Amino acid sequence: MSTADATVDEDAEVRSPGFDLLRRFVAGDLAELRVVLALAVIWLVFYIQEPRFMSSVNLSNLVLQMTAVGLVSIGVVLVLLLGEIDLSVGAVSGLAAAIMAVLNVKHGWSPYLAIGAAVAAGLAIGLFQGAVFTRFAVPSFVVTLAGLLAWPGAQLKVLGETGTVNINDPKILGLTNTFYSDTVGWILALVGIAVYAALALRARQSRVSEGLSAPQLGLVVLRIGLVTIAALIAVWVLNDDRGVPLAALILVGFCLFFFYITTRTTFGRHIFAVGGNAEAARRAGIGVNRVRVIVFMVASMMAATGGIMAASRLLAVNQSSGAGDFLLLAIAGPVIAGTSLFGGRGSVWHALLGALVITSISNGMDLLALESSVKFMVTGAVLLAAVVIDAIARRQRQAAGRV
Amino acid sequence: MNANGSTPVLALKGVSKSFGPVQALSDVDFEVQPGEVVALVGDNGAGKSTLVKTIAGIHTADEGTISFEGNEVTITSPTDAVHLGIATVYQDLALCDNLDVVENLFLGREETGDGPAAVLHQLDEVGMEKQTGELLENLAVTITDVRAEVGTMSGGQRQQVAIARSLLGEPKLVMLDEPTAALGVRQTAQVLELIKRLRDRGYGVVVISHNLADVFEVADRIFVLRLGQKAGEFGRDASQDQVVGAITGASGNGGKR
Repeated sequence: MSTADATVDEDAEVRSPGFDLLRRFVAGDLAELRVVLALAVIWLVFYIQEPRFMSSVNLSNLVLQMTAVGLVSIGVVLVLLLGEIDLSVGAVSGLAAAIMAVLNVKHGWSPYLAIGAAVAAGLAIGLFQGAVFTRFAVPSFVVTLAGLLAWPGAQLKVLGETGTVNINDPKILGLTNTFYSDTVGWILALVGIAVYAALALRARQSRVSEGLSAPQLGLVVLRIGLVTIAALIAVWVLNDDRGVPLAALILVGFCLFFFYITTRTTFGRHIFAVGGNAEAARRAGIGVNRVRVIVFMVASMMAATGGIMAASRLLAVNQSSGAGDFLLLAIAGPVIAGTSLFGGRGSVWHALLGALVITSISNGMDLLALESSVKFMVTGAVLLAAVVIDAIARRQRQAAGRV
Repeated sequence: MNANGSTPVLALKGVSKSFGPVQALSDVDFEVQPGEVVALVGDNGAGKSTLVKTIAGIHTADEGTISFEGNEVTITSPTDAVHLGIATVYQDLALCDNLDVVENLFLGREETGDGPAAVLHQLDEVGMEKQTGELLENLAVTITDVRAEVGTMSGGQRQQVAIARSLLGEPKLVMLDEPTAALGVRQTAQVLELIKRLRDRGYGVVVISHNLADVFEVADRIFVLRLGQKAGEFGRDASQDQVVGAITGASGNGGKR
């Protein structure tokens, strides 16, 4: 046993590769692997308890269930990258869904306009909250807490006396009720794999041709292989049920888009910089407040998007849309998947991965017909475990930084 | 102006600065030649930071003139100073620990690719990494992995990254605030070597330091401030006692050439 004190760092060089891998595993460098393993354990446990959990019908349902929370989580990831928090995303999702439903059902707006209005409302709310946060330097926690209290009030107002608005527009319901044929599913998978492989190989090639260090070709091929297997299995399972759902494509599409924004553009780089060291970012000439306001707008916009998908799946919007544990699940997901609450570390994919974990747990517990008391406690325990791991990983990184 | 008659990269004449009743600088003349390392020493509150911040545009001088490369200039903001070619590395370094060396070097001035990539503000990672490698190699800075997070690096490496970053804007004058504070012996040596290389490449360098051993190791000229006034100016041949005397006021202006 090595002593866990400050001297540990000094013998870092003599450690075995295995120990190094273990350290990286804990320190969060391999956070995704940790989560995938945890997910495998969760699935195995539920499968042993209830084999129907792994049926293609249930796994398809799982995908549909995770869409709304996953979309909201994408915005949450961006806010967490800044080192801030947005507690209003659940409330905003409910309000946006209410706006869409009322405009479409009661005022006869076309579904596209109604969805557009709901998304615009999300952007406006984000602009407002971001402006208050940056202009008056009020902690984002408090600004969005006020939103958490206020927007459900607006939601009641929008819904009016009836309280519940049933949606029957085929376009809106189709968002979560459209499934593509087997052929289309396979074509989508193959095109996706081909594009990914081409981009990965080209990125490596451009580094090689400039004489920069590049990952080994074998490693790149391995990654392509893993993505291929994952995509083919996913399509195979979904095709075995109703086919690839449109909802899944929407979720993956948003993930891809924001993955590109956060990792390949100057704006994304600035998000990480502000989350890492806002003062350094400011001195480097980055418009820190501009970045913050835009990210809060994205968070509210994604909350609205998630709310629309949730409404489509529930066929209705009522007073409790976006309420309950929706907000906490949307924040817990990315944190479980490895996005840091302290800012500057995380990935848009954590939204998808986290939603998968969270939804798997709740779906599995539903299948086992557990009481809600147990469900709440288990979900809370999972979140607590994730946050503790995040804090430990942060400490480890700081210790490593002192070498 | 100087013995060799060349134009100083920076010349302050009669600069004064007060904060309310506190006279932080009074009538200071200060010069830096290209390819010269000037150490700025003095006790706490002597006015070193005020002088550097005045040059860097954080403070504006109440009186006096500032000339840059022979032309009189007014510096009213940090942006003015940067545009003139004055780079300042503050003690806190202002690095993002969660970003790697390339990302930190180009922070706020990221390069994008051509064509559609420019429209999308898509980063030119390969180009930036290449330039980073060339810059660090040019400065003989040994950082094995320019894609390693800065937060995992030693204090000396971080200082070198911060200095390298200040050079990306192609400055003429580099000011370093306590570059060796809190560094170990070997790391201090690395940073001092880097400062010497800056001088060899023709930059004017101003170093604030409390450590006289470091100052004597690297400085061509030692400028002592005391109570906001010049208390002495020494060459490399001065003794440490003379400098200490000027800093503490024991020897008055005796060291002045």
